[in-house]
Amino acid sequence: MGVGIEVTGLNAWYGSTHTLHDIGLHIPANRATALIGPSGCGKSTFVRCLNRMHETNPIARVTGSVKMGDVDIYGGISPVAIRRRVGMVFQRPNPFPTMSIYDNVASGLRLNGYRNRRALDEIVERSLMQAALWDEVKDELKKKSGASLSGGQQQRLCIARALAVDPEVLLMDEPASALDPISTSKIEDLIFQLKSQYTIVIVTHNMQQAARVAENTGFFLNGKLVEFAPTTKIFTNPSDKRTEDYITGRFG
Amino acid sequence: MASIAQRPYEYEDRRRSLRILQSHFVTGLAVIATLLVVAPLVAIFAYLLFKGASSLNWAFFTQIPKPVGEVGGGMGNAILGSGIILAIGSVLGVPVGIAAGIYLAEFGRGGRLANAVRFTADVLNGVPSIVVGMSVYALIVMRQKHFSAWSGGIALGIMMIPTITRTTEEMLLLVPHPIREAALGLGLPNWRSVLSITLPTASAGIITGCMLAFARVAGETAPLIFTAFGNAFWSHRLDQPIAALPLQIYIYAISPYDDWHRLAWAGALVLIVLIVVSVALVRYAAGRAVLKGAT
Repeated sequence: MGVGIEVTGLNAWYGSTHTLHDIGLHIPANRATALIGPSGCGKSTFVRCLNRMHETNPIARVTGSVKMGDVDIYGGISPVAIRRRVGMVFQRPNPFPTMSIYDNVASGLRLNGYRNRRALDEIVERSLMQAALWDEVKDELKKKSGASLSGGQQQRLCIARALAVDPEVLLMDEPASALDPISTSKIEDLIFQLKSQYTIVIVTHNMQQAARVAENTGFFLNGKLVEFAPTTKIFTNPSDKRTEDYITGRFG
Repeated sequence: MASIAQRPYEYEDRRRSLRILQSHFVTGLAVIATLLVVAPLVAIFAYLLFKGASSLNWAFFTQIPKPVGEVGGGMGNAILGSGIILAIGSVLGVPVGIAAGIYLAEFGRGGRLANAVRFTADVLNGVPSIVVGMSVYALIVMRQKHFSAWSGGIALGIMMIPTITRTTEEMLLLVPHPIREAALGLGLPNWRSVLSITLPTASAGIITGCMLAFARVAGETAPLIFTAFGNAFWSHRLDQPIAALPLQIYIYAISPYDDWHRLAWAGALVLIVLIVVSVALVRYAAGRAVLKGAT
């Protein structure tokens, strides 16, 4: 099951550039939350702070608090332990090129020392089914390389890989921006199904996508969270003038 | 579209034939350059075949050199010796070289130590091989008071390290950043991600680097003169002087005897064939292992 995320006073820097200013919001459990905003507004940085990927860049810095369920993820716990609980899907599909489809999905567990073969088989099958890829690849699981799939299939493979470690939160950083419309709609259907079991945070440039999949939407601008509200409210009756300008296409 | 259609046909045709001519011209240049690259290799190999193949027989691989004046004999001990020295060199050079490359690309990036290591590797790469041989002579042979297979292997291993280190570093840096992020995002510790994800992704290039280093030192003579020294008899002892193909070729080639000259040509041919075969075998085996993955 997913957990809620409570963010308070989150600031982030790349070197001397202050990219996130005092972000505070509550992301509810088992819902999809969309983050929109123009390029460079900080929404990707924000999700990367939720699994402490931000700090993998040596010049990056974070302050503030992020509570995931009962756990303060910046409270002395190791980033590796956090990332096992928070799955991430990136903008471009990034399956491990030297691994088969099966090994890709199993990698998170196996490389962390999980050895039970029969259980692995089951987890791989379940994850690929959840990612709606099972039927397309079940005959060539161990024969075909993950990199030989089409772009849309690769992205679903990456989703299956993230789901296999049974995370509580799934972060998606523009997961469909490199995909064609059919693959995009498959990914959106997936988000729709997955949010009953996981808390999903999705960054998107596509406002229709946010409207279709997310209960809540946050609008970022210049590193600040301008507005965070139920999606219907953001798109029909935003309280901030800047949100309205953005969603009506006046800038960005 | 409109502007193209309005152009006179004559002009269009002239332009087109000019472009085709240019295309043929540049393609021709590329073909010539390719031939120039391949020609020396083919020429060397053909000449070796021509000079050496006739002296090749079973005895060449199974016998040791005959004393001066007797005809026949072979380089069996030198082939064995080269194999032993190269094995020692690879066992030393490949792990150290790869580990240093991993450090440069993954852990020490931009740090002072990394810059120092990188600089050292580049300088070491440019050190003449005879200097490496002399250094090993001074450091090991002088202390032990005798030549040995060990010292020869160490000299070759030292020569392999910089090439392997730098190619490993470059190949690891070529692994796309999103692949590393995917590994870290799954909750893998950095060392595990490097070992199980980044390194296998770069393995084809790293293996090529190792084989380049191997092929380069396999033909080295200078570093062995002061270390392995050479041996006219069968020997597989690591603490004794040992024969090596390049040394044996050198000794035979500068001798005044026609029979030895023929054997030197045959030895050169065998050396090249052995290098090519071992490189091909390793690449084939590695290619299969990588395809299989961790399944």
